[in-house]
Amino acid sequence: MDLLTFKLILVLALFLLSLTIAAYSTWAERKVASIMQDRIGPNRAGPFGLLQPLADGGKFFFKEDFTPANAERFLFVLGPALVMFISLITGAVIPWGKSLNIGGTSFDLQVANIDVGVLFIIGMASIGVYGIMIGGWASNNKYSLLGAIRASSQMISYELAMGLALLSIIMMTGSLDLKVITESQTTGKLWGVIPWVSGMNWNIFYQPIAFLVFFVAALAETNRHPFDLPECESELVTGYSTEYSSMKLGLYMFGEYVNMFISNAFMVVLFFGGYNYPGIDWVTQHWGENTAGILSVVAFLAKTVIGILIFMWIRWTLPRFRYDQLMHLGWKTLIPMALVNLIITGAVILAFAN
Amino acid sequence: MKLTNRSKVVSNKEMTLAEKIYLPAIFKGMGITFKHAVRTVMKGAPAVYSYPEVQKPRTTIWRGQHVLKRDEEGRERCTACGLCAVACPAEAITMTAAERTKEEKGLYREEKYASVYEINMLRCIFCGMCEEACPKSAIYLTDRLVDVETNRGSFIYGKEKLVEKINERIDITTRQSEKQKNAVK
Repeated sequence: MDLLTFKLILVLALFLLSLTIAAYSTWAERKVASIMQDRIGPNRAGPFGLLQPLADGGKFFFKEDFTPANAERFLFVLGPALVMFISLITGAVIPWGKSLNIGGTSFDLQVANIDVGVLFIIGMASIGVYGIMIGGWASNNKYSLLGAIRASSQMISYELAMGLALLSIIMMTGSLDLKVITESQTTGKLWGVIPWVSGMNWNIFYQPIAFLVFFVAALAETNRHPFDLPECESELVTGYSTEYSSMKLGLYMFGEYVNMFISNAFMVVLFFGGYNYPGIDWVTQHWGENTAGILSVVAFLAKTVIGILIFMWIRWTLPRFRYDQLMHLGWKTLIPMALVNLIITGAVILAFAN
Repeated sequence: MKLTNRSKVVSNKEMTLAEKIYLPAIFKGMGITFKHAVRTVMKGAPAVYSYPEVQKPRTTIWRGQHVLKRDEEGRERCTACGLCAVACPAEAITMTAAERTKEEKGLYREEKYASVYEINMLRCIFCGMCEEACPKSAIYLTDRLVDVETNRGSFIYGKEKLVEKINERIDITTRQSEKQKNAVK
């Protein structure tokens, strides 16, 4: 099999995987919500309500697709498309697994191994706000515009903290390449003290503060509770998506779940060792490259799904922030924290590297 | 009056450091939701009725769909006096009276009867005033629910839906007071 065929298959698989996980996130969200509120949740469509996402999607298609009279038609359609496009495209640079050996050739389980993967993801996340802003503005509705403005100011504020938290990881690894970042977490002595652990040398053990800042920023970046001010049912009647109906609304909501999946995957790469799992070297030596590769994909997805579940757990626990509290937290707490962390990281690297 | 001891006095005092960093409170809250989740998964959801299959138990004096009673001999009790219609605050009840002929003696208890008796279930507020006003113990509310319909007209229930079937009598003795029980005789 040549490289191009493999990449095409990988792209297709990744596309389907993102959509499936996003679809089942909606199901999981409702299930998690219900069990935390002493309810049962969806249980009519299929066993445990597992066909519920299909029913929801089907329903979206049969709804009336309404465009408000004074809406900017082109941009109105562009908004949701952009959100979906951006959230799907970021999956391309993430290393989903170690490697597979097909017919004697070894293939990396990564669609595009570009040198500046981190930069690419951060850039794409910034473009993601355009989808919301354009949609909110094109709707010709005050609430939509307010929601869109909130979304963009929130995203811009939290991107700073996110970027600063990322910098400390980049300083440790010395690379913007996600593959290199993952592989730097494979082996080594944990804290230089605990003797040689294979596949457990994760960045979170070195950078807990950066992780905290990044986690909070990721919640804000994906518009999840407690930072879902752009949608705010109670004050802004769901914000930027007020005027949207049918599958356009579906794309917005779906894009959000794809976003959540990708940002959790990103977090796994940066802090939780990516596709590494305990004993990955041993498995590669004894059971062969393919077994190790498949297990690494499973490990990666398991970590990501746990991340998504934690996002949901937080959503159904915490109340929404007030807008000024949100800005205070972003500018006055997270950014200084990330900066101090950056300085400490730099000092430690300087002290120990020489 | 203090109903529980869980209320907290709100004040504008400065937050302590532990409160300012939010995290302890967040973890506490997440612990609570996790406890609920575990309990629901292990023991099943409390207080949930899977509605169409399992119905929530209703009390015997539940005010639901009306019934027009027959007496022991199967004759309709209603005499079309119109007191229920007068008592009805929602003006949901209308009726037309007619005179009983000799052949119909087995059908109607009194000489005058209601040839048309309609209750608009969309107007009805299920207050039970008709039940209280009825001097003949003819109309009662029951613990049945009013069905869903697809158009407004179908909610106007006529005699064919209201009068109890001769072989499916509806027991309303549990909701009758002693005074009412005596008045029936």
